[in-house]
Amino acid sequence: MLQVLYIFMPIVAALFVPLFYKRMKHIHTGWFVLAVPATLAIIYATYIAQVAKGEVFTAELPWIPSLDISVISYLDGLSLLFSLLITGIGSLVVLYSIFYLDKHKEKLHNFYVYLLLFMSAMLGVVQSDHLITLYFFWELTSISSFLLIGYWYTRDASRLGALKSMLITVGGGLMMLGGFVLLYLMGGTFSIRELITMAPNLAEHPLFTWSLLLLLLGAFTKSAQFPFYIWLPDAMEAPTPVSAYLHSATMVKAGIYLVARFTPIFAASELWVWLVTGVGILTLFWGSFFAVKQTDLKGILAFSTVSQLGLIMSLLGASAVAFHSNDSIDTIKYAAFAAIFHLINHATFKGSLFMIAGIVDHETGTRDIRKLGGLMSIMPISFTVAAIGSLSMAGLPPFNGFLSKEMFLTAMLALQNFEFFGFDTWGALFPIIAWIASIFTFIYSFYFVARTFMGNYKPEQLPHQPHEAPIGMLISPILLATCVIVIFFVPNFIGDTFVKPAVQAIQPFLYTTPQDVDIYVSAWHGHITPELLMTVGIIIVGVLLFVTLPKWQGLYRRFPQAFTLNNAYNKIMQGLDVGLNRLSQRFMTESMRHYLLYMFSGITIIVIGSLFLKDAFRIAWQETSPIRPYELILAVVLVIGTAIVILAKSRLTAIIGLGAVGYTVALFFVIFNAPDLALTQLVIETISVALFLMAFYHLPKLGKREERMKFQLNRAIISIAVGIMVTLVALSAHSQKLIPSISKYYEETVYSLAGGGNIVNVILVDYRGFDTLFEITVLGIAGMGILAMIKLRMNRKEKIHENK
Amino acid sequence: MKTNDVIIQFTAKIVFFIIFFFSIHIFLAGHYTPGGGFVGGLLTSSAIVLLIITFDINTVRHILPINYTYFTAGGLLLALATAAFPMFVGKPFFTHFFDYFDLPLLGKQSLHTAMLFDTGVYLVVVGVTMTIIQTIGEDE
Repeated sequence: MLQVLYIFMPIVAALFVPLFYKRMKHIHTGWFVLAVPATLAIIYATYIAQVAKGEVFTAELPWIPSLDISVISYLDGLSLLFSLLITGIGSLVVLYSIFYLDKHKEKLHNFYVYLLLFMSAMLGVVQSDHLITLYFFWELTSISSFLLIGYWYTRDASRLGALKSMLITVGGGLMMLGGFVLLYLMGGTFSIRELITMAPNLAEHPLFTWSLLLLLLGAFTKSAQFPFYIWLPDAMEAPTPVSAYLHSATMVKAGIYLVARFTPIFAASELWVWLVTGVGILTLFWGSFFAVKQTDLKGILAFSTVSQLGLIMSLLGASAVAFHSNDSIDTIKYAAFAAIFHLINHATFKGSLFMIAGIVDHETGTRDIRKLGGLMSIMPISFTVAAIGSLSMAGLPPFNGFLSKEMFLTAMLALQNFEFFGFDTWGALFPIIAWIASIFTFIYSFYFVARTFMGNYKPEQLPHQPHEAPIGMLISPILLATCVIVIFFVPNFIGDTFVKPAVQAIQPFLYTTPQDVDIYVSAWHGHITPELLMTVGIIIVGVLLFVTLPKWQGLYRRFPQAFTLNNAYNKIMQGLDVGLNRLSQRFMTESMRHYLLYMFSGITIIVIGSLFLKDAFRIAWQETSPIRPYELILAVVLVIGTAIVILAKSRLTAIIGLGAVGYTVALFFVIFNAPDLALTQLVIETISVALFLMAFYHLPKLGKREERMKFQLNRAIISIAVGIMVTLVALSAHSQKLIPSISKYYEETVYSLAGGGNIVNVILVDYRGFDTLFEITVLGIAGMGILAMIKLRMNRKEKIHENK
Repeated sequence: MKTNDVIIQFTAKIVFFIIFFFSIHIFLAGHYTPGGGFVGGLLTSSAIVLLIITFDINTVRHILPINYTYFTAGGLLLALATAAFPMFVGKPFFTHFFDYFDLPLLGKQSLHTAMLFDTGVYLVVVGVTMTIIQTIGEDE
């Protein structure tokens, strides 16, 4: 129970953020917020020892018991690792943001509310064992990401970037929901743990492939895999702490998490292995190749993140192969370990690099790499951190990236040794693509550092006079950079405490406890391995290409703009916009009469059609009461009143005619002994006549238009059809009583159960209270809508939004 | 155009109170005899509309300086709170409670949480009706 509540702690804290912001202006709101992830990180740290031994913790909080939906927090190696990343990196990012965001200029309450919302959502994603709540939290991360990317909402680029990320990730999320529903149909349960236990049976099911594809769509869009990655570079419009946190360390890894979590279920499928590995390796190459093209510091890091996510994805795909291997090729077991290990390493070095990019932006006023250069002597600490992060990213010792990169190459080399799924023919491609991609990774890592901190200092191009960042801003990147080095020297401690429990969660069929994962990480294997030779090759070719970079970087511009994915996205968006506008303009004529025509013809076709299609139309004259003279008179008055409304030349006469119709209906209720209805009808009629008189001046003047309205056949047909429909429905409703009337039940229970005497009112407030609740809500919305439309009418000359 | 309808203005001042108190009566009596929050709210609004028709909208706004949107919001909150309250004592959403009490002066009366819900309905109806009429009436 308590364990579930931890997930919601950030959201609850978010409620108080605006209060702190308003009341304590002189203290940066971030200091209050910092307590939340820090506390959670400590709480989750207490689980480490037991989870490392292979224990799991579950807690359940029922949400909708009748639908069997509950929030289940399931902490095993994988989810604990993610939870620690979310809260740990979260604390560092909040600390960094305190110095990054100015407390006087920025809307801090918005920022921190969104950030805390995201924190809860992300914790929910990685801990949920229930598919529906997992989906709920998943979309919540998309929404909070949308809000954070659009944080500087006055900028065009922020809004467009936010929209793009939202469309792509929420679209993928919906696909994933489809996959979840199919899984439920196959397995009969929403629990991931239970689904994993029945994994062998699921693979036989005809829906298996569909659920696999849909689920992967969700994972690939979220983790920015090819070709969906295009939202991530645009998401860099968010403040840098957000980029470091959501778009590098945590949210984009939700797709990785999903793939890792569902590996035990889908690993049996050849399609899964090929899709995950193939898309992953393609993304790795694509991202690293285009990172070199970028001129924006954060742009380089965004493409680098895309590429690194591809690397982890391909490793997860390769880890699925281990399910099929008969222990002959041991090295494939490195895949899952390397995936998790690299995930940790990536969070450390990429987090620090993003923070440095933010610092450079903050201190110099630009992120354009063409204007930067020679900052090494001015910002020595930032330079050191950036160098550590970049060298780790490039896969060089003595940094953690070297270790996981080596293991990655080991796993890729192992793939070609398998004799199933066509790996014996195509498997050799993987190490080759991985090698080429690693060369580009090497190039952009050096490109990032060298162009910013080395070379010529160009002070005339910088908006601000640069100087080293304040110490508070440097704490977080320094801590992360320290991790980068420390992990290199104690990889097996990290492996035993964090990686192995997570690996056991990904491959439960191979290992029963984390201790069974028999992998030992070492920087030097005692002899020259193929991986080491590949690394040496990467360094040599990388250095050569980097030195000659100015000569061939121009080639990127040769790539035609028309064939880029971004262009395709823009074309689709524009096409939809224009096409749908054109479509709606065909029937949205801004004429109320036309809209009523559509509605009434639609209703009559549906109702009369289904009456006859379902053979529901019957006429029986039993139990009908005789027609009394009163009713006849009232009916005649009603008809006359209606005729007046239609034929009246002046608007005032028409209103009075309408009033007469309403009052006559009220009299009908009176003679049929329905005082409640009669009373309501009378008052409603009075008020609506008054309202009509109020609106009198705004209505188009009928009287001044001399000519009579032309007789229109289609309108006559529709009016008659509506009349026929109502009559038919009334007759059929009377003629066939399929079930006994509920009024008997009301009569019996109105006093004993509901404590009332007037059935009509008790129905309203008690029996059918839900209806009333929603009705008054609708009423309220309608009232607000009218108020907004009239009071806040937008001045057309006014610019709709400013653009800074 | 300034009209001076002494008779209607004099009558309206009296009739307003008659309709208003009748609406309160109808509203309170609703659980046992015809009436309820919806009709009660409409009647209250019609009493105010009578004033608006007799005098004019600015005068009425001066006499009753009420922002009716608060009525709507307050009513919705009250209705939702009444419906949600049972959840905090372990009962399903929308469980109503009632009992009979001997109150001083009023004698034996029943008190019912449905009444609170109905008050919410009453407030929303008054709020929305008056918001609509006022905004349309004021719009030039």
